[in-house]
Amino acid sequence: MEFAELIKTPRVDGVVLHRPFMPTVEGTLCLTGHHLILSSRQDTTEELWLLHANIDSTEKRFVGSLGTIIVKCKDLRVIQLDIPGMEECLNIASSIEALSTLDSVSLMYPFFYRPLFEVIEDGWQSFVPEESFKDLESMTDEWRLSEVNKDFSLCPSYPSLLTVPKDIDDESLCKAASFRHGGRFPVLSYYHKKNAMVMMRAAQPLTGTNGRRCKEDEKLINATLCAGKRGYIIDTRTIAVAQQAKARGGGFEQEANYPQWRRIHKAIERSNVLQDSLIKLVEACNDQSHSMDRWLSKLEASNWQSNVKEILTTACLAAQCIDREGASVLVHGTEGTDSTLQVTSLAQIILDPACRTIRGFEALIEREWLQAGHPFQQRCAQSAYSNGKPRSEAPVFLLFLDCVWQILRQFPCSFQFNENLLIMLFEHAYASQFGTFLGNCVAERGKLQLSQKTVSLWSWVNRPQELERFLNPLYEPNNLVIWPSVAPQSLLLWEGVFLRWNRSTKCLDEAYQEMVHIIEYNKELQNKVNSLRRQLAQLETEDSPLQTP
Amino acid sequence: MEHIRTPKVENVRMIDRLTRRKSSVGTLYLSSTHTIFVENSEARKETWVLHSLIYNVERLPTNSSGSPLIIRCKNFHVYRLLIPQEKDCLDVLASLTRLSRPERYGELFCFSFNPNLDKELREKAWGFINLKAEFSRMGIPCNLWHVTAANHEYRLCDTYPSELFVPKSASPAVIVGSAKFRSRGRLPVLSYFHRDTSASICRSSQPLTGFSARSSDDEQMLQAIMKSNPVSEFMYVVDTRPKLNAMANRAAGKGYENEDHYTNIKLQFIGIENIHVMRNSQQKLIDVGELAAPSMSDFLWGLENSGWLKHIKAVLDAGVFIAKAVAEDGVSVLVHCSDGWDRTAQACSVASVLLDPYYRTIKGLMVLIEKDWVSFGHKFSHRYAHLDGDPKEVSPVMDQFLECVWQLMQQFPCAFEFNERFLIQLHTHIYSCQNGNFIGNCQKERRDLRLQERTHSLWPHLWENRAEYTNPLYRTDHSQTQGVLKPLTTAYCFKFWKGMYGRAEKSVASHQSPADCLNAVREESQQLEEELSSHQEVPRETDAGQETCPTEGKENFRGEEEDQQVV
Repeated sequence: MEFAELIKTPRVDGVVLHRPFMPTVEGTLCLTGHHLILSSRQDTTEELWLLHANIDSTEKRFVGSLGTIIVKCKDLRVIQLDIPGMEECLNIASSIEALSTLDSVSLMYPFFYRPLFEVIEDGWQSFVPEESFKDLESMTDEWRLSEVNKDFSLCPSYPSLLTVPKDIDDESLCKAASFRHGGRFPVLSYYHKKNAMVMMRAAQPLTGTNGRRCKEDEKLINATLCAGKRGYIIDTRTIAVAQQAKARGGGFEQEANYPQWRRIHKAIERSNVLQDSLIKLVEACNDQSHSMDRWLSKLEASNWQSNVKEILTTACLAAQCIDREGASVLVHGTEGTDSTLQVTSLAQIILDPACRTIRGFEALIEREWLQAGHPFQQRCAQSAYSNGKPRSEAPVFLLFLDCVWQILRQFPCSFQFNENLLIMLFEHAYASQFGTFLGNCVAERGKLQLSQKTVSLWSWVNRPQELERFLNPLYEPNNLVIWPSVAPQSLLLWEGVFLRWNRSTKCLDEAYQEMVHIIEYNKELQNKVNSLRRQLAQLETEDSPLQTP
Repeated sequence: MEHIRTPKVENVRMIDRLTRRKSSVGTLYLSSTHTIFVENSEARKETWVLHSLIYNVERLPTNSSGSPLIIRCKNFHVYRLLIPQEKDCLDVLASLTRLSRPERYGELFCFSFNPNLDKELREKAWGFINLKAEFSRMGIPCNLWHVTAANHEYRLCDTYPSELFVPKSASPAVIVGSAKFRSRGRLPVLSYFHRDTSASICRSSQPLTGFSARSSDDEQMLQAIMKSNPVSEFMYVVDTRPKLNAMANRAAGKGYENEDHYTNIKLQFIGIENIHVMRNSQQKLIDVGELAAPSMSDFLWGLENSGWLKHIKAVLDAGVFIAKAVAEDGVSVLVHCSDGWDRTAQACSVASVLLDPYYRTIKGLMVLIEKDWVSFGHKFSHRYAHLDGDPKEVSPVMDQFLECVWQLMQQFPCAFEFNERFLIQLHTHIYSCQNGNFIGNCQKERRDLRLQERTHSLWPHLWENRAEYTNPLYRTDHSQTQGVLKPLTTAYCFKFWKGMYGRAEKSVASHQSPADCLNAVREESQQLEEELSSHQEVPRETDAGQETCPTEGKENFRGEEEDQQVV
């Protein structure tokens, strides 16, 4: 298909762009296969480059022959384009509509994007499972890397290499896989070096209504327990939801069959509920006419903050079981691709200082989200302005990022990265020039040949020029476990995302710059003083031979 | 001392609400001014509770482990004690109840508080803030405004300061006549003069209009105020009350200005609720903070139901309206409510903070509080329950002003020289009665109590410790420290003030604070700068010595060497 077919009017002059809290820009609107561009052709005003993939929905209005298109983006920004000429406006609107809803992945921008920078380190190779297994091997010899899922036939959403207990053979894994939803049998998620406890994740067991059991599954998870120790199974669903799942062939681990495990149910919401929560929250944030009462009641009714609290609480529970109780943990919900990953990845941020570095955080996202088979393409197909019937969209990853932000805000010196990195990941998960978040699992990405045909987000982020923007100037490496407060008053609305376009950030940006300035000045002074100290020491040693006559 | 029934109770348990594990056992001591809990642990950690800060003491039914006692403080700290014997608990309860409710001024802490300053220093301390100097900083007196002696010995208005600034064009007769037409004689006088536009903020109480009364003196007074701003053709009268309340006052012979009687005024109602609404609202907010393990919905619903943030927004909106009129439109504003000592003080001082960068400094905020609150007769002792009295007089008026400043700090992080700690410290001292500054209800009362002779001033003490209260992001040459602040007052810009109302959560680890980190960094930078300048002096000599005159350096060294040999 040629994009040109979809572009009936490639350019219109005299278009006026309105954005809240920013000056209006008048200029020429151009449509290309992947971008909507508005340029005033003046050096002083910036151009607008908007990926069609970033457009969540559009609305059009007419007053006389002046048409207006409201463009609502997946990054939550809302812009207004005033287009002279009814025909032009209609053409532009229908082109945007068509170009922003392309079905075929291979037509997406990452397949056309050519980087303007030299790729020094190929991000596709930055985080391979073999590497993280090497780290594990240096700590324990209880685990092995299995190739049982080499051709993705055992579990289509798992990667080809999986870390499993050493004593469990591939045949047992196959049986355990047949007992778990989507074949997602228990695999290692995290090894806690401090006390050798582990966190595993899986999908729900397929016990069904007649209480099926699977000896291999029991053996597999029991293999992770130390002699005489009990473990915890954290089911992210309420007991009621878990009970209901039995009717559809799912279920939960029966005490009788897993006597060494204590099961705890939590109440993390599922996809469509979360999507609804996001839509309501963004609606509340975008209406500036709300009275205080209405704002607070809408914020409450959106349930977004409740979702943040529940996810963080569950992650803290998992971390507590491991670090304080000295017990191993198995986490699962239904499919093991959403709430499960929120919990396992957040627990690691709490427990493992390495995950609080930029590199470690990227590795975490790669390991616990991309390779673990979170269906990014399905979940991030639409954002808060989707007006169509939701299919499998859900802000699962955005909620994870929000939770990370909450911890970052409570421990502002413990993270190597800053809020910008989290916001950037949110943007790129929904629309990007990079291939990283395309596809739903490793197998799909392989079929799409993303690593050959697209550029990895990490190739770009990890360039020193880019990294600078994401560095937290306050960072002081901290080897401790960090326990966030989950009290409602400690959890704030993530303004950087949800109020980003609804206020001027000038003063906050200035404050950030001021902070950077104070710290850089200090470093500069330290360098000067150190070099002077060295010079002084050198002079003293150089001078000393002269003393001897 | 006669109120202390038992001076010492042993084996008392101080309970940590969140983690019972962290509870500690110790001994409780009661002095005339403080209750002190000393832990039995090795560290002998002490917790001091000032009696004048106690809001109430509640005893819960005795259970098998003892008699629980909850001490709630006016600065929102909450202490939970478990006393083994019921009798001891009752004694402590009775003692604290009496000690926390002094009946006479003489019983207040400030009269026994002795920071060991000699008389001369103490007197000097009281001169630390000088309002005359403040008005002259604004450019007053000038050809349009001057000081009047009309209130000498408080004969015109006993709740106003003795020195008042009024338009030069207002004759003594007009001043007296205007005072007669205003509730409690609180006539329109100058609060703030904005040099850039010559517009002013004046304040008063409500006029005694009733349904039809008028006073040509009062009308002339407003005319004189308007004319003192030569370029402007009208002035605003901001009535900070909801219009309905203002109308209701007419039945009592009070009310608001009739626009037909006063030439060229525009009347504007703002809708800040009265002290009773505010008192109830804050109580609901405190209850929210005290909820045990609330869900997010409990919290947000409680926050909404308290109405607190709505009231904070109303106060800030009043300030924004006034600041805009004065700075952007160049129009003078007369602000009043009913008595002109609560909402009026809030609106004038918030507007001043927005208008004038000086009030965003540590010293400036002290000056502002001294001017708009202390000198103009904000009833500190009534509002903050310094003495056992009418609970209906109590209201968190100043709390709201401080919170407005805090909300502004969230939007303009570089604009304020002080930090959150400073505001919280001020809040505590407004209630604590440790210093004489906030005792009494007006200047006259403070003079009669001879507070300057008998108590100490708070301001120099805070000033000496200003390093602790400094915002590291503040720089005098920063754009945010210049000019007028224009905050956004959309509902979503207001936040729950956790630092103030979240303090019942005692054991929530005080997580890393970026401001404290930055202050430490800045302190280190200062030391480095010093080291640098001391180094730079040395190398310059050494460099010179090496390049041009090698022997000099060597000689120095030899000199040292010789010295050493001598030793």
